[in-house]
Amino acid sequence: MKVLVTAKRVVDHNVRVRVRPDGSGVDTASVKMSMNPFDEIAVEAAVRLREAGQADEVVVVSIGEKAVTDVIRTALALGADRGIHVDTDAELQPPAVSRALAELAVRETPDLILMGKQAIDDDSNQTAQMLAGRLGWGQGTFACGIEPADGEVIVAREVDGGTRRVALRLPAVVTADLRLNEPRYVKLPDIMKAKRKPLEAMSLADLGVAGDAGLTLLGVSEPPGREPGVRVADAAELAARLRDEAQVI
Amino acid sequence: MSILLIAEHDGRTLGEASRRAASAARQLGEGYDVLVIGGPGCVGVADAAAGLDGAVQVLLCEDDAYADDLAEPVAERIATLVRDGGYDGVVAAGTSTGKDVMPRVAGLLDVAMVSDAVAVENGRTFIRPIYAGNALARVRCEDVVRVVTVRTSAFDSVAEADTAAPCERLSAGDHPPLSRFVDESLSAGDGPDLANARVVISGGRGLGGAEAFDMLRELAAELGAAVGASRAAVDAGYIANDCQVGQTGKIVAPELYLAVGISGAIQHLAGMKDSRVIAAINRDEEAPIFQVADYALVGDLFEAVPQLLDALRTRQ
Ligand SMILES: Cc1cc2nc3c(=O)[nH]c(=O)nc-3n(C[C@H](O)[C@H](O)[C@H](O)COP(=O)(O)OP(=O)(O)OC[C@H]3O[C@@H](n4cnc5c(N)ncnc54)[C@H](O)[C@@H]3O)c2cc1C
Ligand SMILES: Nc1ncnc2c1ncn2[C@@H]1O[C@H](COP(=O)(O)O)[C@@H](O)[C@H]1O
Repeated sequence: MKVLVTAKRVVDHNVRVRVRPDGSGVDTASVKMSMNPFDEIAVEAAVRLREAGQADEVVVVSIGEKAVTDVIRTALALGADRGIHVDTDAELQPPAVSRALAELAVRETPDLILMGKQAIDDDSNQTAQMLAGRLGWGQGTFACGIEPADGEVIVAREVDGGTRRVALRLPAVVTADLRLNEPRYVKLPDIMKAKRKPLEAMSLADLGVAGDAGLTLLGVSEPPGREPGVRVADAAELAARLRDEAQVI
Repeated sequence: MSILLIAEHDGRTLGEASRRAASAARQLGEGYDVLVIGGPGCVGVADAAAGLDGAVQVLLCEDDAYADDLAEPVAERIATLVRDGGYDGVVAAGTSTGKDVMPRVAGLLDVAMVSDAVAVENGRTFIRPIYAGNALARVRCEDVVRVVTVRTSAFDSVAEADTAAPCERLSAGDHPPLSRFVDESLSAGDGPDLANARVVISGGRGLGGAEAFDMLRELAAELGAAVGASRAAVDAGYIANDCQVGQTGKIVAPELYLAVGISGAIQHLAGMKDSRVIAAINRDEEAPIFQVADYALVGDLFEAVPQLLDALRTRQ
């Protein structure tokens, strides 16, 4: 089984982003960037499939400017076999990313595409489902368990109210949720080894994909702040205030 | 402009989430049609949908193919309906089903999508949170068809209509077998549903174990509240996954949110900071949760929670 896994470079999850004063976006200059946490989980899942002998190749792809090769290298250090960088300076939205990935899927013919359930910058949670729709493949979103079986993959999904399992005919698209696994730490020798792994570059135009025009960002603003609160002395005061002042109980 | 609202249901009842998504559908166009798609036996849901204020027509599409909420057949049927019906907007609640199905619909229609809208400015312009709610983006949808999921906590439910909308049956599509349902384990929901509860009491890693959540459940029972949790509490196995509140869990905006032993990481705040009143119990006065709390109780939760329970009981 061949696994294609996607990795997006995003503002690190520990960074508290600031909205630019002119409202044109958030300030991402000189903040720490990392692999999207859900993609790290997807890479880990792919590598575990290979270690278990259930997959024989793990190919990682990232789409974006030159700097995204960082996250490809990280994925290679985590154990992916080779990387593909789709080069573009445009800030792509899920429709164009899913178009590019669909083109790649046609070329690479993976049996399974593993992705993150959402990118923590745009919080869209769209790309994988769009991709699966374009390809006409089955989809297993929000996975907390993945078990390949005969020509299928059984995916345990986190849904409102609990967990449900679906069996997807391969090829299929699966997205990783937080509890799928805990990604390993990258060790120094693995980083060295990763440098020698193949990393192919191509442009978005090579895939025949143009940018997006579906959504226009009109502006970005700070969410409304909250009034400062009060400190209560004890539980009795809390109960009294919730009842008499806030009138919520 | 003609809008299609996708009903959220469990085969028997129309979800509260749909009533809220209907508010957004109303703001998008003049009126809206409601699609009830599911397995055989959804008539009750269609009847309820017919009573949504602003609904023009209910479309009922029942078939075994749709009984298990599988995204592939459901999305395909919706996309066909949008094309055939000439709809220029499709709206659903941002539940786990909506999040699963709607982007696939957008992919099939080859259009962009707005996830998790918290406000509808006009028929094309929406506000949605990005970066775990640390910023709000104003986006305009340029495609012919607007595909939207809405954050239900940001919308009120529509009222009950005076007259019921008419209902029409739709035939099922012919879908390739891409996936099949295996099984599910759903938590036995006692008490109100987290997403719609008036009061939510959440516990974090500070609870130190599953037993301490029983203490929160007792408090919740007293207040008619739902119990939620931080990711750390869920990961530690103190409580079920679907209780997680936050960027990647449930988004709630109750009248009262009580955070117990939760530090207040941005990913957690993303799921609850629009609550009307926030109270927090934490022994660390520097805990970030206090920056959004209206009422801050600095102290040991193992003392404070039983005392709070006493205080509530003695007044009644
Ligand atoms: C991609 C990503 C997505 C995430 N999504 C979510 C999400 O959806 N929801 C979420 O919650 N988190 C999420 N997280 C995790 C988040 O970053 C935090 O790690 C998590 O919220 C911490 O949970 P906590 O507050 O319970 O634990 P901690 O941060 O460990 O806080 C425990 C608190 O309990 C207090 N405490 C301890 N003992 C007592 C006592 N006896 N009495 C009173 N107070 C006490 C401590 O002072 C401390 O403030 C996500 C993280 C990532 C990277
Ligand atoms: N530019 C990108 N390069 C690689 N993968 C991406 C890119 N954008 C999105 N993805 C993948 O799609 C997932 C969902 O992203 P989104 O739909 O934007 O929330 C991410 O977790 C990634 O796995």
